[in-house]
Amino acid sequence: MTGREKTLATAALLIGLLLPVSVFAQTGEEYLYPLVDLPPAQPMGVIAEDHPNDSGEQINLSWTLSIDDPRRGRGRGNVIAYQILRKPAEVEGAEFTLIDQISAGVGFYSDTTCEPDESYIYRIGASNGKSIGYSDPTAPIVSASHFFHSGRWNALIGVLLLSGLLIYFIYSARQGKELFIRRIAGLDAVEEALGRATEMGKPILYVSGLSPINDVATIASVNILGQVARKAAVYEIRLIVPCYDPIVMAVEREVVKEAYLDVGRPDAYNSNDVFFVTQSQFAYAAAVNGIMMREKPATNFYMGKFFAESLILAETGASTGAIQIAGTDAVVQIPFFITACDYCIMGEELYAASAYMSREPLLLGGLKGQDWAKYIVGALILIGVVTSFFTTWFAELFNVT
Amino acid sequence: MELATDIWVWVAAILTLFVYSFLIKDNPLYKFAEHAMGGLGVGYWTAVLFYNVIIPDFWEPLTIAIRKLSMTPQNFDAFMAREGFSQMPQIMQDFSPGVSILLLLLPAIIGLLLFTRYIPKIAWISRFSLAFYLGAASGIAIPNTFQTRILEQLRGTIVQDAPDGSVVPLFSFDAWRDFFAAPGIETFFDAISGPLLILGVVCTLSYFFFSKEHKGILGGMARIGIWFLMIGFGASFGYTVMGRVSLLIGRVQFLLTDWLGVAG
Repeated sequence: MTGREKTLATAALLIGLLLPVSVFAQTGEEYLYPLVDLPPAQPMGVIAEDHPNDSGEQINLSWTLSIDDPRRGRGRGNVIAYQILRKPAEVEGAEFTLIDQISAGVGFYSDTTCEPDESYIYRIGASNGKSIGYSDPTAPIVSASHFFHSGRWNALIGVLLLSGLLIYFIYSARQGKELFIRRIAGLDAVEEALGRATEMGKPILYVSGLSPINDVATIASVNILGQVARKAAVYEIRLIVPCYDPIVMAVEREVVKEAYLDVGRPDAYNSNDVFFVTQSQFAYAAAVNGIMMREKPATNFYMGKFFAESLILAETGASTGAIQIAGTDAVVQIPFFITACDYCIMGEELYAASAYMSREPLLLGGLKGQDWAKYIVGALILIGVVTSFFTTWFAELFNVT
Repeated sequence: MELATDIWVWVAAILTLFVYSFLIKDNPLYKFAEHAMGGLGVGYWTAVLFYNVIIPDFWEPLTIAIRKLSMTPQNFDAFMAREGFSQMPQIMQDFSPGVSILLLLLPAIIGLLLFTRYIPKIAWISRFSLAFYLGAASGIAIPNTFQTRILEQLRGTIVQDAPDGSVVPLFSFDAWRDFFAAPGIETFFDAISGPLLILGVVCTLSYFFFSKEHKGILGGMARIGIWFLMIGFGASFGYTVMGRVSLLIGRVQFLLTDWLGVAG
């Protein structure tokens, strides 16, 4: 070996020794890793599960974070995002497509864009912004649509039980069985209030709240309106019904018209007295206040669901000297009605009102059935409290998921 | 003092004063504000419902479905691009165009039947719409009401969810043990709140029994129940009045600051 060759060999040896040192990072933990653009370590253990009790539009994914995820505190810590990729399982040759990207440190995702009863395959990609480490594809998973919500069987049993009780007591009432109902002071006052309006020759104002027709309180209010309208027709009192909801107005017109027909006074019915005002809360309150001040009704009824306008209405009504009867299941508004009205029907009493006023067997049977449901609820609470000293299993029977 | 120069601040301030004039007595200024509010409310909601419901939920899907049936795919794509529709309406993602048209027209017809009320001879037809709406609304409301108002409250009267995720009894001997170990206001309320809540629920429930006279044990429980109700209503009254006062303060602040510029 010549001197030149020796020099070259020494240089090659030096380069061979120095190259790895220069390629590898020089400080801290990074010393262990080469500075080449390798993809991050793949996420492991990807699990795809059908979301339970849905209409087949969701699959839940979970995985173990990539070893290079900063949250794991090990590895290179260079994962910045996870990519969610999906392909249909039953389409041959289908490619994975990106459906979403979520930030690093998160090991779960809910795909809510699935088609019902379709089968999918997923894979998760850990991205460092330049390259991606893909997980193994999952097994095919079907986003099944479920007809029955298995977490709500308790509601089904409860509704069936309550319906059974109602049907039984309605049947009993129809058979002529005498059903007792205790006195409800607020409802006894209805007759007195109507008598006062008759004596004074002034109208009655009936406000049925601000909820749409699908609210239980509105349905109860419409039933009470039917009874009030019957009496108004008999006593020949003008009945003014300003409505907040157009559908409720249509129903109330029917109910009032029917009531006037039933008592043989269709001529006294004036459809213009059941009218739509507006669906703006305080504009409605302002309009009803105006009616109170100008028409000076002898009696004001506030029956149904009320909100912040309750006190405005009741205070104005009180200032006109009208006798006022209110009924609502809006717990926050009851105190205002108690303060500003002569009589107040609270919560459940509102639902009982139409049965109480009409004494119709059908409605009385329903009321008796509801009472039995309350007995059962009371008993279940007591059983639950006693058993809760030992186990919470009994209470969890009423858990709704 | 720096009076507002924005015309709409003046309009808002003057209308506010018109409404407050009702506190003295009913007058033409209040009547003006009342009718303006009513009219604007109806106009506003009509526009909102037209543009947020009728156009996107009925008219656009119906137009697209009809075009899909009647056009060639190329012409349909051109139509979608021209009209600026980036994707199919939801109903057409779930159903074929023919079924979509049916599903859109059925509720529209049910809604239109309500207008038969204006033709006395066939006004009875509108009852079909009301019956359908009432039946469907009740069917949807009953299970949900049963869940939220009965089942969840029933569970909530027996157990509670602890911050650590565990389920613990509402009537807990541990709370009493803590109270006797370290007597104090806080431990006392921790111990008594559960039993008090159970007692309150059972007694209040008994007040709402209608098919039994409130005498004897039931009468006593109902009386306790009404006490619970009144205490609850009193607390709720105070809380809400505080909220209302803050609304008044907000309005007065608007008048003084935004309008008259004498404060803030």
